[in-house]
Amino acid sequence: MTNLRKIIIDDTEVEVDPAMTLIQACEEVGIEIPRFCYHERLSIAGNCRMCLVEVVGGPPKPSASCAMQVKDLRPGPEGQPPVIKTNSPMVRKAREGVMEFLLINHPLDCPICDQGGECDLQDQAMAYGADFSRYREPKRANEDLDLGPLVETHMTRCISCTRCVRFTTEVAGISQMGQTGRGEDAEITSYLGQTLNSNMQGNIIDLCPVGALVSKPYAFTARSWELNKTESIDVMDSLGANIRIDTKGREVMRILPRNHDGINEEWISDKTRFVWDGLRLQRLDTPYIRDDGKLRKASWAEAIDFAVKNMRDKKLGAIVGDLNSVEAAFALKTLVNSLDGIIECRVDGIDFPPKNRSAYVGNVSIEEIDDAKEIIIIGANPANDSPVLNSRIRKAWLNGCKVSLIGDEIDLTFDYNYLGADRDCLDKVALSKDSIVIVGVGALSDGDVPGILAKCMSISSRMLVLHASAGRVGALDVGCVTEGGLKTLLDGAEVILNLGADEISIEEGPFVIYQGSHGDRGAHRADIIFPSAAYTEEDGIFVNTEGRPQLALRAGFPPGEAKENWAIIRALSGALGKSLPYDTLSELRKNLFETVPHLGKLDIVPENEREVINVTKIKNKNINCDEIDFYRSNPIVRASKVMAKLSALNKIKEVKRL
Amino acid sequence: MLRRLHPIQPEAFVFSNKNKAWANEQIKKFPKGRQASAIIPLLWRAQEQEGWLSRPAIEYVADFLGMNYIRALEVATFYFMYHLKPVGSIAHVQVCGTTSCMICGSENLMDICKELISVEQNTVSEDGKFSWEEVECLGACSNAPMIQIGKDYYEDLNAESFKNIIETFRSGKIPRPGSQTGRYSSEPLKGLTSLKDYESDKNQFNASVQLADSFGDTVKKINPNKIKNTAVVKE
Repeated sequence: MTNLRKIIIDDTEVEVDPAMTLIQACEEVGIEIPRFCYHERLSIAGNCRMCLVEVVGGPPKPSASCAMQVKDLRPGPEGQPPVIKTNSPMVRKAREGVMEFLLINHPLDCPICDQGGECDLQDQAMAYGADFSRYREPKRANEDLDLGPLVETHMTRCISCTRCVRFTTEVAGISQMGQTGRGEDAEITSYLGQTLNSNMQGNIIDLCPVGALVSKPYAFTARSWELNKTESIDVMDSLGANIRIDTKGREVMRILPRNHDGINEEWISDKTRFVWDGLRLQRLDTPYIRDDGKLRKASWAEAIDFAVKNMRDKKLGAIVGDLNSVEAAFALKTLVNSLDGIIECRVDGIDFPPKNRSAYVGNVSIEEIDDAKEIIIIGANPANDSPVLNSRIRKAWLNGCKVSLIGDEIDLTFDYNYLGADRDCLDKVALSKDSIVIVGVGALSDGDVPGILAKCMSISSRMLVLHASAGRVGALDVGCVTEGGLKTLLDGAEVILNLGADEISIEEGPFVIYQGSHGDRGAHRADIIFPSAAYTEEDGIFVNTEGRPQLALRAGFPPGEAKENWAIIRALSGALGKSLPYDTLSELRKNLFETVPHLGKLDIVPENEREVINVTKIKNKNINCDEIDFYRSNPIVRASKVMAKLSALNKIKEVKRL
Repeated sequence: MLRRLHPIQPEAFVFSNKNKAWANEQIKKFPKGRQASAIIPLLWRAQEQEGWLSRPAIEYVADFLGMNYIRALEVATFYFMYHLKPVGSIAHVQVCGTTSCMICGSENLMDICKELISVEQNTVSEDGKFSWEEVECLGACSNAPMIQIGKDYYEDLNAESFKNIIETFRSGKIPRPGSQTGRYSSEPLKGLTSLKDYESDKNQFNASVQLADSFGDTVKKINPNKIKNTAVVKE
């Protein structure tokens, strides 16, 4: 920040970076300029004209503050700092004029519009709108587009700000949307009626300043002012995107992104945004016990008694699933330790070295991707595993970062240097030492985890492991691991306590207690089912793929008899006579933070001391990306009807492509 | 005017060899990676080749320049010079309807278009040979009213001379462009009042008409195989 320029905004003198736009400079002094088309994470269009300000001594007309930079301002005749007025009569008149033009073709259907109550046009019309219309001619009407099952369109409401076009082109990296025609006939369209082919498309709903693009699943179900808003963390992928959960009564009505510059900026993937109908379906709301081969409903007392009876003096193995908070994993581990059992969280068989945090998390934060000069992706498909992270890599690529890839050739929405799928490619990689290596679970799924990780760490000193699930890093941090991994556990245990692991199959033999939120694969194999809360229904800490612990807050209560995960484990421990040393969640956390101190520093990425792995064995196999169906990857999305529809549509598209 | 692609589209489009060479030269005018800047001339060339811009033509040009289809469609729908509907096989008549021409009788010309070509604008006549549309000022106000066909202006028209032009086209002959009342160009109706020194050594027709006359084929000027490349082509 050298060469700061002094300017005067509404009598306030401020020194700002000359590369800033006027709208940003005004924000520095706390003046919010009204805007429709300007969005700080998108390119500047300058076509809505709502952000007009007066530049004193400049041209005798208002200037668009989003498109003018501070360095474009000329000083006064005696070298005085340039003066900007954001509230002069000229500005007011100009903005009122712009508003009147915008409202000419905008329908007055706010009472039936889903955007009503959180609409930029509505809000700004309160300040700059006239209470009547001089327009007597027929209004323009547009044909609605079919953009797919997620985004509903009411194009008559469109004010042509082109935010959606810029987002899909720049951030999501798809090329369907554009603005055709001109003048009154200008319309936002997708190319010849194509639907959007992106798993980031839901963001255009948030971007749309009016009700032209609204959420289809949420349509006509709630008004924004009757929703309770809870700030939380997403668990649909390992990124830990910051979200806001909007609830009405006990139902989650929608999920929106929150801004977090270090993680998701302000985007979330469609899986994160539209998964909420899965929270209502297929729920386990009462304990079950298997009687004569059939599951029957039971009371909590009965279920816990039955569990205790079957657990006595048996070898216990506990499995920690993909979507669990650190607290649940920690409570389970404490219980298992007190019973001399074994516990495992690496349910996909990828045996990360448990003690070496620089190997199972890496030592790069997501934010550092922005300034990377070179990135190499090994055995990952970020476009599928974590679409928001992929957009971040895309942003780096747009800024000139070179991206290479080892693994399956995939569509990342941008060009990359494809190095091959062979293990030998790892040896041939020649990158500068400060390039970032992103390792996906696909590269590690062949069983030679230390070998690959050692290779990856030798390529560059900066590595990021892209995990496949939200609970994995946290469970590794609290040490839910067993020498020999999941196989050892399944072979040795007589009783298996399955904490929400639905992606594994347990052979006939052991007695299985399943604790989880959804009636999925895990519940089918269970002998006892403990119904528990889903991620929106309990407080919990989640550690994301860069190792950042974040606190997810409870937005609602679990259905029926279902209880919070840690509380169930606490109750079970009491019945077993091995009471855990805590009765409340805060006591649990105190214990947890004493054991694993870095988890207590919320929202801070701990620095991991780099420990190089000594390679023990090297296998020669190809590196592949795990073929995960994006919309079928965990029990909550599998319960969601919207996700099922998207999955089916994706299959059709894939067949067409072949 | 809402501009959409025509419901009936041809199967495919490719540039003729000559046009392809020309297009490649156009692209060289722009820095590497910025070849999309050549979209307007290339779309125009595609239109000259076929008479109108079809979907395959837009997509062909987009592929040619490594652009997304939607970006090319945005350009094609923005500019009214691109015809998104088929035009007459012989001539597409563009009647100037702006102030000077309107005062001097362009509405009569449009009535004749409705009578001889089609009632609706941008609609091909029954015999498939003609189509017409009203356009904004073409900058020949002193010779109002006027029309443009292909690359030629027909000026100083009245109902009779306009009908003549259409009939000449219909019979397969080529009318001479320029003023239809014998004016050289846009000089006063009663002859030059100044700069008379240069009057003696002038050509028979003004430069524009002379060029058209030298081709001997006015409408076919939009046929790429009959035109000289106006862009500087370095072989």
